[in-house]
Amino acid sequence: MVTVEFLGPINKPAMELEIDNLNELAHILQEDKELSDWLQNCAVAVNNNLVNSLETPLNAGDKISLLPPVCGG
Amino acid sequence: MLSIYNGPLDVPTILATWYKEEAQSNYGAYIPFIGTVRSEDNIEGLSFDIYEPILEKWFQEWEAKAKERGAIVKMAHSLGDVLLHESSYIAAVFSPKRRVALELIDEFVEDFKASAPIWKYDLKEGKRIYALDRSTAIQGSGLLAKGDAL
Repeated sequence: MVTVEFLGPINKPAMELEIDNLNELAHILQEDKELSDWLQNCAVAVNNNLVNSLETPLNAGDKISLLPPVCGG
Repeated sequence: MLSIYNGPLDVPTILATWYKEEAQSNYGAYIPFIGTVRSEDNIEGLSFDIYEPILEKWFQEWEAKAKERGAIVKMAHSLGDVLLHESSYIAAVFSPKRRVALELIDEFVEDFKASAPIWKYDLKEGKRIYALDRSTAIQGSGLLAKGDAL
């Protein structure tokens, strides 16, 4: 089981999923039409490290975070 | 040093505290950048969300980069609401000589804008509106919109 959290303005409660890699997560989230714009512009972190590959393996207990466009300051 | 405060920053106190912390450290240059909320588009102020675990990692990487150049960085940011003409952000570089500090404050603030996991909202007519058009997608964004190989 991994946890998926939606940060900042996405305003969606966290999900718990039985998946083995980010490709599976992409497939699941693409089914949710409300998320389609966010998927285009969000960065992804696994256990607080930004990742760049859908092949990134996931292990039980991992935390996946979606980070929308930022603007500090 | 990275400090997060609820609400607006107490600019004189933070600048003086940082100054005193490094007064005997033999740095020749102290360059602060102070961000102030401006009146525009009828906003009443700004509001911020922060994801601290990734912000701390991002900041630690900058501490390491600064150290390689003999410098240090410090940063303070607000969480929640900050009204007009109040400050939400202070960054500073201390370095032995001016050139490194001038260059580093520029690189640090620009990367902060592009990468630090902080989300900005306009406060308008009592509502909190995400400032999407002024925000920057973090490098590598869009990953989950790809991939249909299942």
